Amino acid sequence: MLAMTILGLIVLAAVLVPWLSPYDYATPAWTRIFRSPSFSNGQLFGTDSLGRDLLVRVMWGCRISLLVGIVASLISVAIGVVWGATAGYLGGRTDGLLMRTVDVLYSVPFIPFVIVLEVLFGRNFLLIFVAIGAVSWLDIARIVRGQTLAIRAQEYITAARSLGVRTPAMLRRHVVPNLLGLVVVYATLTIPGVIVFEALLSFLGLGVQAPLASLGSLVAEGTNEMQANPHLLIFPAAFLATIILCLNRLGDALRDALDPRHESPHE
Amino acid sequence: MNRAAAGLLQVRALTVSYPGTQRALQVVDALDLDLEAQECLGVVGESGSGKTQMLLALLGLCGPRAQLTGSVRYRGEELLGASQSRLAALRGRKIAIVFQEPMSALNPYLTIATQLTEGVRHHLRLGRRAARARAAELLATVQIDAPAQRLKQYPHELSGGMLQRVSIAMALMCAPEILLLDEPTTALDVTVQAQVLELLHTVRERTGVATLFVTHDLGVLAAIAGRVAVMYAGRMIEQAPIADLYAAPRHPYTAGLLRSLPRLDLPIPVRLAAIPGQPPNLTELSGGCAFAPRCPLAHERCAQMPQSRLLTDKHQLACHYDGPAAHITGVWQ
Repeated sequence: MLAMTILGLIVLAAVLVPWLSPYDYATPAWTRIFRSPSFSNGQLFGTDSLGRDLLVRVMWGCRISLLVGIVASLISVAIGVVWGATAGYLGGRTDGLLMRTVDVLYSVPFIPFVIVLEVLFGRNFLLIFVAIGAVSWLDIARIVRGQTLAIRAQEYITAARSLGVRTPAMLRRHVVPNLLGLVVVYATLTIPGVIVFEALLSFLGLGVQAPLASLGSLVAEGTNEMQANPHLLIFPAAFLATIILCLNRLGDALRDALDPRHESPHE
Repeated sequence: MNRAAAGLLQVRALTVSYPGTQRALQVVDALDLDLEAQECLGVVGESGSGKTQMLLALLGLCGPRAQLTGSVRYRGEELLGASQSRLAALRGRKIAIVFQEPMSALNPYLTIATQLTEGVRHHLRLGRRAARARAAELLATVQIDAPAQRLKQYPHELSGGMLQRVSIAMALMCAPEILLLDEPTTALDVTVQAQVLELLHTVRERTGVATLFVTHDLGVLAAIAGRVAVMYAGRMIEQAPIADLYAAPRHPYTAGLLRSLPRLDLPIPVRLAAIPGQPPNLTELSGGCAFAPRCPLAHERCAQMPQSRLLTDKHQLACHYDGPAAHITGVWQ
């Protein structure tokens, strides 16, 4: 509950603050660079090397990072679950074909792959989703396949087949719901992973382009200034850490809530 | 066997084998079986005698590695090698099965209602409400109180005995013609076992569903089966009306099984009689009678596989020995 509340507050702040604040994330203000956090002028987090309000920039960073994290994770979970469950349930030749495809994709080096994508399609925000989504579903597909193999051996699967349930319905009603707990936990682990991934891309100049910022690129900027102006590192890093911590807690809670054998959560 | 022509389910020379590292493992071997409309045929055998594999083979539910030969005909239609979609159309609709472990035969993530209605919604195209009404009606039939509430619950909220009733209700949802029971009472404790048996009896009287009742417990069959078939190492060794089989078993193994039952009408022995030795390892069968190593009447001729022969119109036996077997149990002291 606490994790959910904090995450909710962060999301709310990320939506409202840039909208309400008199400052924007992009315009440099040469008269007030490197200001420390202060209540008097409303710049609670201070300003950066170009005099931009750090609070607004951090909130924009939360927007971008959460958006990338959630959308890319959803895409990769959707592909990974369908792919892995189909491979595991059908087995045999289909399984071989699907999983060898995964192996081939695994062997593609990630950074050159993104560079090639950007060369081909130009720099584009959507490309981050595609690039991250294309890579992170592979893990989920493998995990889901393994779990499906175990589920397929369960007696209730034979029982359902003995009732005449056909393959698509078997997957949808008997296999996937039993995977949900695992998938939810893994998805909440994927979101922070994706956020960090995006930070890496931004750090290398392949991700979010300045003046737009993600938490990852803000942390990268802050690292350069951390001796003279530690607030530039502390605030984005604190938000990144809090978001990731909350997502992990949320994953646990969701898994408990989705398992009917588990008593209703008491916290 | 011309009566077979009228049979609802006719199994001929059914063999189920799994490829092994050295040689194929024949878990069901040249099995013949007939099930007629409305009758209840009991199948007994020890663990590993191929009972469950035989049931799964009837529905085409053996694993992908299983190799099936022979013939399984339902109303004259060959089921071995039938398409998956044809089998799916028959499963649950015409032939339904109840498994041994109710706890694992129900999906822990779905409510009772979802699982009960899955079959009828698909096979009979019933709407959600009609399907639920049918489910509630059947739960009442299997003597579960407060069916409306039970429908909303998950399997872990019900006891084993209740779950087995739910499984039975689930099998009966589409009013099938054939009910396959795979040791439906084995996982239950004795009092619940008695209730479930009585329930099955009532259900059979009410619906007239033909039943193939697989168990390792001869006592359980006495109450419900008309005929009994005995399996050993994948083969059918004796088949007879239940009264004949219990009164005058002909196969030494059948006699041994009967003798190992605790009896209330005889003085209580210090130890229950057991058949000496172990059920055979299927990888080490010699090609002769599989029971010979444990049989007190084993003879040189037993190195040949005994052919199944008809003793009377209804009594079938696969043993070289020709004579009543009840008395020979005295050999095992």
